[in-house]
Amino acid sequence: MVSSSNFLDLDLDKQKKIKLGLDLQGGSYLLLELDNEPVIKQKLQSKLLEIKDYFKKNKIKILSLKLDDKLIKLKVSKDDVEKISEIFSDKESTINPYYFQYKAHQLDVKINGDVFNLELSKYGIVLIKNASLDQAIEIVRKRVDEVGTNEPNILKRGNDRILLELPGLDNPDRIKSLLGKTADLAFRLESKSSNESFGTEKLKLIETGEELLLSKRVIISGDNLVDASPRMDSFNNETVVSFTLDRVGSKRFAQATKRNIGTRLAIVLDGQIISAPVIRDVIAGGSGQISGGFTFQSATDLALLLRSGALPAPLNIIEERTVGPDLGQDSINAGILSLIIGFLLVIGFMTFKYRIFGIIANFTLIINLILLISILTLLEATLTLPGIAGIILTVGMAVDANVLIFERIKEETSKEKNNLIAFDNGYSKSKITILDANITTIIAAIILFIFGSGPVKGFSITLCVGILTTLFSVFFIARLLTSIYVKINKNKEIIIK
Amino acid sequence: MKKDYKFNQYYKSLNVFSIALILFSLIFLIFKGLNYGVDFKGGTLIEIRVETEKPDIEVLRSSFNKMNLGKISIKNFGSDNDFVVKFKRDELNDPEFIENLQRNLSQELTQDFSFRRVENVGPKVSSELLKAGVTAICLSLMAMLIYIWIRFEWQFSVGAIAALFHDVIITLGIFSALSLEINLSIVAAVLTIVGYSMNDTVVIYDRVRENLKKYSDIKIFDLTNLSINETLSRTIITSSTTLLALLSIFLFGGEILKGFSLAMILGVILGTYSSIFIANPLLVFFKVSQKTVLKEDN
Repeated sequence: MVSSSNFLDLDLDKQKKIKLGLDLQGGSYLLLELDNEPVIKQKLQSKLLEIKDYFKKNKIKILSLKLDDKLIKLKVSKDDVEKISEIFSDKESTINPYYFQYKAHQLDVKINGDVFNLELSKYGIVLIKNASLDQAIEIVRKRVDEVGTNEPNILKRGNDRILLELPGLDNPDRIKSLLGKTADLAFRLESKSSNESFGTEKLKLIETGEELLLSKRVIISGDNLVDASPRMDSFNNETVVSFTLDRVGSKRFAQATKRNIGTRLAIVLDGQIISAPVIRDVIAGGSGQISGGFTFQSATDLALLLRSGALPAPLNIIEERTVGPDLGQDSINAGILSLIIGFLLVIGFMTFKYRIFGIIANFTLIINLILLISILTLLEATLTLPGIAGIILTVGMAVDANVLIFERIKEETSKEKNNLIAFDNGYSKSKITILDANITTIIAAIILFIFGSGPVKGFSITLCVGILTTLFSVFFIARLLTSIYVKINKNKEIIIK
Repeated sequence: MKKDYKFNQYYKSLNVFSIALILFSLIFLIFKGLNYGVDFKGGTLIEIRVETEKPDIEVLRSSFNKMNLGKISIKNFGSDNDFVVKFKRDELNDPEFIENLQRNLSQELTQDFSFRRVENVGPKVSSELLKAGVTAICLSLMAMLIYIWIRFEWQFSVGAIAALFHDVIITLGIFSALSLEINLSIVAAVLTIVGYSMNDTVVIYDRVRENLKKYSDIKIFDLTNLSINETLSRTIITSSTTLLALLSIFLFGGEILKGFSLAMILGVILGTYSSIFIANPLLVFFKVSQKTVLKEDN
């Protein structure tokens, strides 16, 4: 009883409120998947260079080394095969690190004569994915925070997914467009040679569609930016994004502009050229501005993206659910109305059926409901529309335990003259049945919790907690009340209708 | 008042009836299939409210048809003013898609309207959700089988599972026959039905076991009947209160919970019926006797 009054106090405590799910308060739910292919490709490229350096340093001759899709093929002279194989399987190896927590190497090695086929192992890939997911989550958080939505919820899902819950946001389009951009920024010079060759590539200017041949060398990247903001350029009345560079970036920028006066400097974002002004003068001081026919909104967004940094890989939206605030409120109203009506129907039915014991069962039911809501609040569980349905269902099913007991007591009183013994027998004999019957529902609810997603999870939580509070209220509160009643009337005949 | 209804007289005829229902359900499930919602099929769902008296669904349909969205389905949703539009879309990355749709629609429609709910589910996620749903239902059936096996003898376990299959298959069969939408909440309903139907069966089985130990001279055929009668008022009262609660959700809980509560109502009715007329005849079929349960105690 002490514990139940504690729960009641907490229920009145305004600090802790039941959290409403997105389907009730309105908002957006986005599931994003990181496309890790480019990250893995990049990792393999750098691994290739790493292997080259390592063998050079250790004076082992490589006959050939190439990357074939996701397979590194390393050909060596026959005499070295055994030695190299040892290097790759050495647990202290720096070239093929061993992860003790997974008991696996970064690379799976297959030897075919004098050719080593190296492939990223399962855990090698997992670690790359985890690292890139961690990085992506940071960037997503920064971007979402900059937009200023209220209490966003950002969670990891598996090793390549991010779950984003944005309460109160009924139009996620802006967030979606911000998250849809990798924001990989690079300042690159126009190539002086006129034909495409190694180290150059052709990219398009977004505005005009003009193609420029650019050197692959990156002068400064998004990493060198310390700040970016939209600004009105008073000189030609155009919206621009002004930026500030870090120390290294400023130095490189100054040097590059000094050496290449007269050349075009392309500002490349996610593989497209935003603008490519001609360098007229040395840009020292570490700040500059990007123009590109921006509206104020697009300049604001670009500045935001540049401030938050580049995503390690593109993010794809694979699931989106948005509920408007009206519908949420309608759902709350409908949920509460059906809870009240369901509750009244059950209470009415029980009073009609069992009279005084019906009232005991109903009182127990009220305590049960208060307990259920208090525990959900304590657990900070999220209440969803199916969750409300779970509460209503609990109301319907909770009387079952009481009914089982009352029916049992009815049978016992026909055999046993002593009321106290009959009631005691009724409780003890029905206990196992009640437990058995409720455990089956709990099993179903737990499975639902594991496999369910979103609002449905809320249903399984209320169902589970509902069963526990039902058992508690029946075996402690209802039992207490019935025993008081029976003690008062122990010499009268007690009739359970 | 002692109840003595002759339930066991109807075992045979009702079993034939149930088998026929199951066969019909299977035929529907195999040949017509289930009407999967966007949760399991993927695609886009938009709930639209049109702010005018008696909006014309045909106007809405033709406006959507002009947008080249492929095959669209549009239905009234609850009130006259609310509609649900569904269509297939595999690429969810275009952030302006919904905005463009809204703009196009406002050019087509003269009335005010708002998007109350938008759901986009990609093909990967929908197939994962379907797999998770099927796994969850199979797993729950298996868990029940094991639980009853531990608590009772195998004959009981088979009887209880047969009753569960009966309930789940017929509920899904009715959903197929009426082309009702299967979404995530229906999976939740099916799992709850599994729990509820089991709960009902367990209560009667518990009594059967108790009576088996008590009476050595009553044949299982009559003994099940006795046990059903002894637990009958509990069965009726619990089913009634549960149905009252569900009815309240069905009538007042809003359109989103309609399918869920309907599935649950069907499930509770079927579950109550099957725990009497499927679970018990199977005990008769397996010739369960006092020996069966006494063995368990040793």
